Amino acid sequence: MKYTEEHEWLRAEGDEVVVGITAHAAEQLGDVVFVELPESGANVTKDDEIVVIESVKAASDILAPIDGEITAVNEAIVETPNMVNDDPEGDAWFFRMTVADASQMEDFMDEAAYKAFIG
Amino acid sequence: MTEFKQTPLNALHRDFGARMVEFAGYEMPVQFSGVMDEHLHVRSEAGLFDVSHMGQVRLAGAAWEEVALALETLVPQDVLGLQDGRQRYAFFTNEQGGIEDDLMISRHGDELVVVVNAACKEADLARLQTLAVSISLESDQALLALQGPASVNVLGPDFDDMRFMDVRNAEIAGCSVWLSRSGYTGEDGFEISVAAEDAQTLARHLLDHPQVKPIGLGARDSLRLEAGLCLYGTDMDAGLNPVEANLAWAIQKVRRRGGDREGGFPGASIVLAALKDGVHRKRAGLRPEGRAPMRREVPLFADEKGGAQIGFVTSGGFGPSVGAPVAMGIVADSLNDVGTRLWGEVRGRRLPVEIVQLPFVPARFKR
Repeated sequence: MKYTEEHEWLRAEGDEVVVGITAHAAEQLGDVVFVELPESGANVTKDDEIVVIESVKAASDILAPIDGEITAVNEAIVETPNMVNDDPEGDAWFFRMTVADASQMEDFMDEAAYKAFIG
Repeated sequence: MTEFKQTPLNALHRDFGARMVEFAGYEMPVQFSGVMDEHLHVRSEAGLFDVSHMGQVRLAGAAWEEVALALETLVPQDVLGLQDGRQRYAFFTNEQGGIEDDLMISRHGDELVVVVNAACKEADLARLQTLAVSISLESDQALLALQGPASVNVLGPDFDDMRFMDVRNAEIAGCSVWLSRSGYTGEDGFEISVAAEDAQTLARHLLDHPQVKPIGLGARDSLRLEAGLCLYGTDMDAGLNPVEANLAWAIQKVRRRGGDREGGFPGASIVLAALKDGVHRKRAGLRPEGRAPMRREVPLFADEKGGAQIGFVTSGGFGPSVGAPVAMGIVADSLNDVGTRLWGEVRGRRLPVEIVQLPFVPARFKR
């Protein structure tokens, strides 16, 4: 598992990565009430705002962690947004995408580095 | 966060695991167990809020008439007619008829205590100091709000005979207080003014009750929004008159045209004309049809495509008791009818939103 400074996690599965937000991010956001996901098949560029997530308190964007094509999105979290609070690093994954440039994966933190990052 | 002011309950909030934020210059708890949980707890049982950041100001003079009539020069409310032991909602107006702040006023014998918003405290104090009565900021008083259907059960049967907006002195847990049966959630409840040095004792006593949980500012905002209650600086401000803010109900007849004490407050000619002739825009309840919350500043349109903007959201979010997004906004009067469908532009897309009757959750005051 790799982590971004935007509090996303990326898990490699075959040639693709599955992306979600960390338990720390979910806890900071508070009760998630709305999630908007990108279209499956969309080509995205690193740092594109591709997910909107709203908690009771505020709206936030989630950025594409790398360049690639969205191959699947998790409609279950659109139907039941509070899954993001209940199981952020498991069932409440956000999307799956291809890796256009493998070198972009090298920038990310491992678990120990992420834990240090969030203090 | 040491540069911010603290209320007398700061240490207690930390003991209860609060997440603290800056609000109006004070370090305040935004949440304890979570906004959703706290919100629902207040609607089902009872919650305790620290609102000690608000300003409590006492007005005294030679006689009640003197004090009441002095305050009437700043607000369009009937102050003189306020009975001893009663409270009333009021607002300060400016020369343009806009609202400078909203406040609760309560009569204590021949004196008045007004409770004003934290962010407006200094300006309100300056405004009040222009009056020819004695003004004192009660900075050594804390203010707690106990809100929710179980509130009277928590305080005990001695308080069961108080009606909505009644005010009295009492002793609770050995602390001398004055309290009112009112609040900012749409639920039954009490606001309790207590000496700062007794605030912890009183708060801990109330929190010891199994039905009471501490509640932060996050749930305070979602509760008041569902109750259709305005937040100063958000749903109303210096540029919006009371009729536009849909607060005409709070201006009593005696201060309107033809009343015994007509006008006599800042901007009276504008406010009285608005009461008589109507206004071009007004605050309305808004219910987004989809799941996406429509928050402050979302522009509103009459149609899905094109056309000029006809209003904007003043506050909005997710209503935990409604289970869906809720909002309030200012809407052009020509479109401002319950049932009208408008379009709110969220992240570049127009989404349907319906004008609805406020409040979103029925008020459960003890009338």
